[in-house]
Amino acid sequence: MNRKLVQLIIGIAAASALVSANASQATDITGAGATFPYPIYAKWAEAYKAQTGVGMNYQSIGSGGGIKQITAKTVDFGASDMPLKPEDLEKNGLTQFPTVIGGVVPVVNVLGVESGALKLDGPTLASIFLGKITKWNDPAIVALNKDLKLPDENITVVHRSDGSGTSFIFTNYLSKVSPEWKAAVGEGTAVSWKAGTGGKGNEGVASYVQRIKNSIGYVEYAYALQNKMHVVQLKNRDGQFVKPDENSFKAAAGGAHWDKAPGFYEILTDEPGKDSWPISGATFILVHKTQEKPDAGKEVLKFFDWAYEKGDKLATDLDYVPLPENVVKLIRTSWKTQIKDASGNPLVK
Amino acid sequence: MSTFLHEARLKRQTAFDLLFRNLTRISAFAVLALLGAILGSLIIGAMPAIHAFGFGFLSSPEWDPVNEKFGALIPIIGTLVTSGIALLIAIPVSFGIAIFLTELAPRFLRRPLGIAVELLAGIPSIIYGMWGLFVFAPLFADYVEPWINDHLGTMPYIGPFFSGPPMGIGILTAGIILAIMIIPFIASVMRDVFEVVPTLLKESAYGLGATTWEVMWNVVLPYTKVGVAGGIMLGLGRALGETMAVTFVIGNAHEITQSLLMPGNSISSALANEFTEAVGDLYTSSLIELGLILFFITFVVLSIARYMLYRLGKREGQAS
Repeated sequence: MNRKLVQLIIGIAAASALVSANASQATDITGAGATFPYPIYAKWAEAYKAQTGVGMNYQSIGSGGGIKQITAKTVDFGASDMPLKPEDLEKNGLTQFPTVIGGVVPVVNVLGVESGALKLDGPTLASIFLGKITKWNDPAIVALNKDLKLPDENITVVHRSDGSGTSFIFTNYLSKVSPEWKAAVGEGTAVSWKAGTGGKGNEGVASYVQRIKNSIGYVEYAYALQNKMHVVQLKNRDGQFVKPDENSFKAAAGGAHWDKAPGFYEILTDEPGKDSWPISGATFILVHKTQEKPDAGKEVLKFFDWAYEKGDKLATDLDYVPLPENVVKLIRTSWKTQIKDASGNPLVK
Repeated sequence: MSTFLHEARLKRQTAFDLLFRNLTRISAFAVLALLGAILGSLIIGAMPAIHAFGFGFLSSPEWDPVNEKFGALIPIIGTLVTSGIALLIAIPVSFGIAIFLTELAPRFLRRPLGIAVELLAGIPSIIYGMWGLFVFAPLFADYVEPWINDHLGTMPYIGPFFSGPPMGIGILTAGIILAIMIIPFIASVMRDVFEVVPTLLKESAYGLGATTWEVMWNVVLPYTKVGVAGGIMLGLGRALGETMAVTFVIGNAHEITQSLLMPGNSISSALANEFTEAVGDLYTSSLIELGLILFFITFVVLSIARYMLYRLGKREGQAS
């Protein structure tokens, strides 16, 4: 039985290899991981293929899956919304670099409250998500919104039910601004939520918030924009209330000290700067430091080199924020020093 | 010469027969091997969680990925409660459908109605989920849940089960959607077993002046009770494992609440939600152990169903 099975598997593998060999003359690059940057990676891949003939296959299986796949070397690059800690990178022989920036925005559905009208600060937001503040007319919220008429209704909290980089950025922010949150919940792609109901994916949270009256949730900025959801203003580290938009995300990215962060381990939450949006984050690409297939590795770097060079317009069209110029420069330098072939020569010079 | 030819052909045929027999045997045993392999890999995958939490896993309501503390109580309760609600609704409705189709419906209606019930069984579960979230849940939240809150929610004893914010999603909604999904299964099994009841028995009862209800309740149901129970078990099996439809409407919250209007979680929806992004061995392993528990629950339920149907088959034609 075993031999038959093996023969069958070999047969299928051979057949599929034949098919894929026919489909791609040039070596296509493969990647897998985070769902958040999938739309822009797909757009970049399409434009890149049109220009160079090299295709890029990206499977948006989730950050956790991306990390697993690149560690197992089944793909040329992995993608994650949560940067790996330098020691984890070291352990698996990986290096990482950011590609685009996105923001996480709290969205509300409260009768009579316009988009961008509600003002919240970090500790209040944390208390709402901890289930400590249960009414919209709680004194803590009213104190921040003297000019708004807030209803005497229960708050329904909506969070992500699936593990997600969006949740990671959000809980990372809450942990930074609220010691109580840090002690009770902490940060992670999935956490033990203390209140509310869970929606699957950004679209799940978006549809719950739109449907459930007096609810609050958090989604990627692009989802809030495309679904015309009601966003809130947040008080940032400098004490300013800011609205989520491209400029406030850029301000957050500009204020970060990427050059001092080993392995670009930088989470753009609670960043200084009077315009900076406090819940921003970059999404990351993971590649092996030592490339066993230097040709494929080179193609990956070429692809992202092209994306930094020519992909900004496509990114802004899809409501992502491109990286600041100085960060891109740092990334290019890191490629030269970090990524080598088997004999130790750098892939790009 | 001709004997030689004959012998050669005979030999070839014997060889062919042997090959054929072995091929069918391989196919059959491959299924068994697959089942064993799945069970084996679930157990191996769940080992780290089993070591870490032991039997406490079954009774702990905690689910904290940050501190890597996991327990299966909430999803197990969610799975059992939603399936229970589904059965409570589906059994009487299916019973009605089956009685109508076998006893009351005019002949020309039986086929189209029967086919419609079976088609309902073929609708993919994700469709039920989307319909549940986008169509059913808003209507339920606006019109039904306020009524439930005002009337059932104020009653003594059962009140706490029926009071909560009208969100449209939650355990009760999941149970109702599941009921709609399993009605076709239960109804078609019930119809099939009702049809095996000998006409002689029914007509004798009618002849004695029994009403349709009396015939159904006192003759048909006792005669087919094992088969009916088997059909219910098949429906329960589907309800326990249903993933997408439940994930859409259950609300996915790892919390125990008394109210059925509040969001909860089931084993399969926890798996669907969290598997892709589960980082850390213990987290993944705990999810696999959840899968193992579900495997076990469904296995037991389906075994009972098989056993009941088997008993029905043996007793067919005998008086009960």
